[in-house]
Amino acid sequence: MMKHITQRAGLGAALALGALPAQAQGIDETINRVFADYTGWYVGLIFADLPGTNFSWIALWLVVAALIFTFYFGFIQLKGFAHSIRLVKGDYSDPDDAGEVSHFQALTTALSGTVGLGNIAGVAVAVGIGGPGATFWMVMAGLFGMATKFTECTLGVKYRNEYPDGTVSGGPMYYITKGFKERGYPGGSFLAVLFCIFTILGALGGGNMFQANQAHAQIANVVGDYPGWITGIILAVVTFTVIVGGLQSIARVTEKVVPFMGIFYVLVSLLILVMNADQILWAFGRIFEGAFTGLGVMGGFTGALIQGFRRAAFSNEAGIGSAAIAHSAVRTKEPVTEGYVALLEPFIDTVVICTMTALVIVITGVLNVDAETGLYIWNAEAGRISTDGEVAGVALTSAAYARAFSWFPVLLAIAVVLFAFSTMISWSYYGLKAWTYLFGEGKTKETVFKVIFCLFIVIGSAANLGPVIDFSDAMLFSMAVVNVIALYLLMPIVKREVNSYVTRLRAGEIKRFKS
Amino acid sequence: MSGKFVVGYDGSEMAKRAVSFAAARAKAQDGTIVLVHVLEWSPYSFLTPNEVEERHKRRKEELVRAETALMDPVAAKLREDGITVETQIKYGHIAETLAAISKSTGALEIIIGRNGHSPIGSRVSGSVAGNLVQTAPVPCTIVP
Repeated sequence: MMKHITQRAGLGAALALGALPAQAQGIDETINRVFADYTGWYVGLIFADLPGTNFSWIALWLVVAALIFTFYFGFIQLKGFAHSIRLVKGDYSDPDDAGEVSHFQALTTALSGTVGLGNIAGVAVAVGIGGPGATFWMVMAGLFGMATKFTECTLGVKYRNEYPDGTVSGGPMYYITKGFKERGYPGGSFLAVLFCIFTILGALGGGNMFQANQAHAQIANVVGDYPGWITGIILAVVTFTVIVGGLQSIARVTEKVVPFMGIFYVLVSLLILVMNADQILWAFGRIFEGAFTGLGVMGGFTGALIQGFRRAAFSNEAGIGSAAIAHSAVRTKEPVTEGYVALLEPFIDTVVICTMTALVIVITGVLNVDAETGLYIWNAEAGRISTDGEVAGVALTSAAYARAFSWFPVLLAIAVVLFAFSTMISWSYYGLKAWTYLFGEGKTKETVFKVIFCLFIVIGSAANLGPVIDFSDAMLFSMAVVNVIALYLLMPIVKREVNSYVTRLRAGEIKRFKS
Repeated sequence: MSGKFVVGYDGSEMAKRAVSFAAARAKAQDGTIVLVHVLEWSPYSFLTPNEVEERHKRRKEELVRAETALMDPVAAKLREDGITVETQIKYGHIAETLAAISKSTGALEIIIGRNGHSPIGSRVSGSVAGNLVQTAPVPCTIVP
């Protein structure tokens, strides 16, 4: 069991945690030990490997779900892709609705919650352990995951709550209760409550402590070691003013900077690819070859497959249910349209951005290759492909990009901090929605959650709480267990919506305002 | 001939001058004033999750505020002077929206103040007047 925990924690540990004052380390250790004693069994259960493999059942759970939705909706991600783009461009938006949340805005807001460490650190972990071939399987999982997002976000909009004052709340907890009732299934309220508990705990950990921790590690990497609580307090104060003080301007600045960071990251990646244009075909060759042979990584073909699937599932959040919360506020008469828009999310997150990172890592040659056999040199002790300086995670991505541009690590540190911050803002919102679902709306109740959330930022950046973060990761994937069960039960409703929408679209009943 | 005059109005001194200029023209020609207020808005801007949730509510509030605080007093005054007034409050790019409204209402002319938008705003996003004269389907009068 501990093996899985350390594997999961491996990502965090690989990203250099360092910076802890000695006495705090003592407290950390005590908390860790007590926490691990009580929650370790659950973490082990969620991340347990399938018998005889090192493939966790939860990753398989998400990939199988993605495949089922893909077939059930007849490859909606391929057939509907062009329509998705037109919706985001606003071709079908009524000009009289200008001033409402557009499809583009719903998509970018949801994206800013998912694009982040997964795309930078997660990919490096996947390629570092699974070799270039992991990229192929990651892209496949991303492509199939598009159907999962389609399903959950359509339901999110269909069953959202609209309040008299014009605000809206949506997400799995609402479609679970309302959808189950509509179809006459029992247990809706129970599952919804369960989902909310998982969401709150996941928001405090993976959506908060882990992010804060990594932000600190990145800053410390650039400016040198200093106590983590300093970063924590700064981040907490900034977050506090945004989510409690309602100082939206800071959030707005972040929300504006983050997309540009994402675009800039892709552009720099493309530039590196262009600079090495002669090697692109070779790199794709390595990716395809590696996908089926492993090219020397441990486990060969399955080693590559497992890492790829795993990272995709952990990066784009398809099936977790968080996107359904983010997408449900859009102004549309047709819930399906938001499903179409949401399916672009795994595409941008996993297929585009993750692939860029992977290509750059492969092309820049930071992974050591045996010149004679062309296979990667396996560092058995670290359990990954050998690299110069034996780096992994963010450090590996950083090293790859630094081969092309020496200033890149500084930019990457800024990007990681901003990505972390925007992910925290998004998850504070998801957590809050789950919180108000359980305890009811109300200023005081909401403030209580927000204050708790800010406190956890300080804890997250100051302490090295591996087991606590592992537990929270387990919560994140527990959300997926509940959510995917609900999606299976409710997918006929989505099917009905899609059929009706597509028929009307073909008949020209859905008005196109721009062409 | 009773034509329509589209007047961009944002409550500024310059916009008020444009309204009085348009009022004189409309009165002389027995025309109609289409008083337009455009709330600067792009569907491609980035919002926080919180803003997304509250957008519909805020939009309603913004429309009511524009209607009661900005448009109603001016429209009432014009009507007192015996001029027919239509009002429109829209979200969008100011120049594009004014041009679109002049087309949809079949207006003869667009009249705006020289610096209808705040000076800083026009410096950042280019002046409304400049954009408008390049794109408008009808003659424009920029009132100094």
